[in-house]
Amino acid sequence: MPLLSVSGLSKTFRSGGREVAALDNVSLDVFPGETLGLVGPSGSGKSTLARVIMRLVSADAGSILFDGVDLLSLEGARLRQQRKRLQMVFQDPLAAFNPRATVASALDDPLRIHRIVPAGERRRASEQLLERVGLPTEFITRSIHEISGGQRQRVAIARALATEPDLLVLDEAVSALDLTVRNRILDLLVDLQRERGLSYIFVSHDLAVVRAIAHRVAIMDRGRIAETGPTPEVVADPKSAIGRALVAAVPTLRKAG
Amino acid sequence: MSEVLLRIEGLGVRYPKAQKPALSDVNLEVGRGERLAVVGESGSGKSTLALALAGLLPRGSVSGNITWPGLSAPPVAGRDIGVVFQDPGNSLNPVLRVGEQIAEVLVRHVGLSWPEAWRRAEELVGQVGLPDPARTARAFPHQLSGGQRQRIGIAEALAAGPALLIADEATSALDTIVQAEILALLDRLVRERHSTLILITHDIALASQFADRIAVFHDGRLVETGSAEAVTTRPSDAYTANLLASQIDLTTPPLIGEAL
Repeated sequence: MPLLSVSGLSKTFRSGGREVAALDNVSLDVFPGETLGLVGPSGSGKSTLARVIMRLVSADAGSILFDGVDLLSLEGARLRQQRKRLQMVFQDPLAAFNPRATVASALDDPLRIHRIVPAGERRRASEQLLERVGLPTEFITRSIHEISGGQRQRVAIARALATEPDLLVLDEAVSALDLTVRNRILDLLVDLQRERGLSYIFVSHDLAVVRAIAHRVAIMDRGRIAETGPTPEVVADPKSAIGRALVAAVPTLRKAG
Repeated sequence: MSEVLLRIEGLGVRYPKAQKPALSDVNLEVGRGERLAVVGESGSGKSTLALALAGLLPRGSVSGNITWPGLSAPPVAGRDIGVVFQDPGNSLNPVLRVGEQIAEVLVRHVGLSWPEAWRRAEELVGQVGLPDPARTARAFPHQLSGGQRQRIGIAEALAAGPALLIADEATSALDTIVQAEILALLDRLVRERHSTLILITHDIALASQFADRIAVFHDGRLVETGSAEAVTTRPSDAYTANLLASQIDLTTPPLIGEAL
């Protein structure tokens, strides 16, 4: 049974008298322990879909079942209860955190708000989260500003893990990082998935990175799912025009000869 | 190498209050008509190099020499050197029509009258592949997509017919499909005009596809330079080798096995 089942999701944005269909009848499933890559050009709707799943943006039509519960109908305490099982990591953690946050407060907030551990144990729980994402526990006293981009993204992942979620939505979460840093974060995500059976929705415009990390891929174009399937198959033989364009656009190292 | 356009000797840049220099002892020659990629990660000094070449750094922060054997007089930024920046949303003036911004370059650096400059701006809008140039020239930046704005940035940078075009992470904010289109456009325009291109990028794969030669920067130093093929297939520096090993493309073994 899928962990997440999206069906018939539509969302239209209205601005300046124009209507833009950001999502047009989108359906997809995410199974436990798998990574679904969500790929498409700018404006294809992939980030809107991620935000609707997180209930950050409302939908006009359609349904989202999360572990059998209709996510879009939940409000108040019942929404909070489900909501902690889905967490999101954004491209720019500096924009995603309170600018005055410390590592300690960033990790303490979800533990406190969702009552994950008793007050007296929160500091220790925060330190364990830091250790799990490969940061020294001394980092707990640092300000979010003074650590590097890669370290900040590790804190963002630690914070997302704090509520012991089943699904992480990663929206261009490694796109702004240097390559070596990016690869270590990808390794961390793969390790966490193996260890905890996490599911990921990995949103990216970079098909090569998606191919490295996603079991299945959904390619979006102008608010629709243009194509979906096991990642190796879709990349080897894309059926849609947008899929072919994305494959062709991947920069490739010049080889000898 | 053919005729030398510019020669960098012992270039150093230190920003005020910075603990260490942004660039140290850089020596590099760029040939006329060459397409050179300057590759590095954050903090490598690659964008500082672009600013130094364009003369956009405060005088006191720069040491060493940049000479221009290929030019008859010292270059003027905007006329002899065009720069395309990463985010055209920031580098374009939001309250001017895009055609005006291109025309302004032509009035200022080429000495055209406003009506002549406007006509030429419309031609340039067409040459960078935008539809309905007369109408697009009258648009404001916010009315265009990111890729369209970057085409305007290129039209503006090329308006005065510069000997050197510097593209500083010009496609990093764009999706991969638009990135490929913009690079193909840059490649064509630079060839047609026999301009010299310095492509500044964090992406060594991209560099290897579009450049004749690659210069790799790390921690403010030029660690390696060579033909695109030599640098990507036989790197001489350990940092370059690491950068190449970190690449993920469609032939890289996936990090995952089967789903749980």
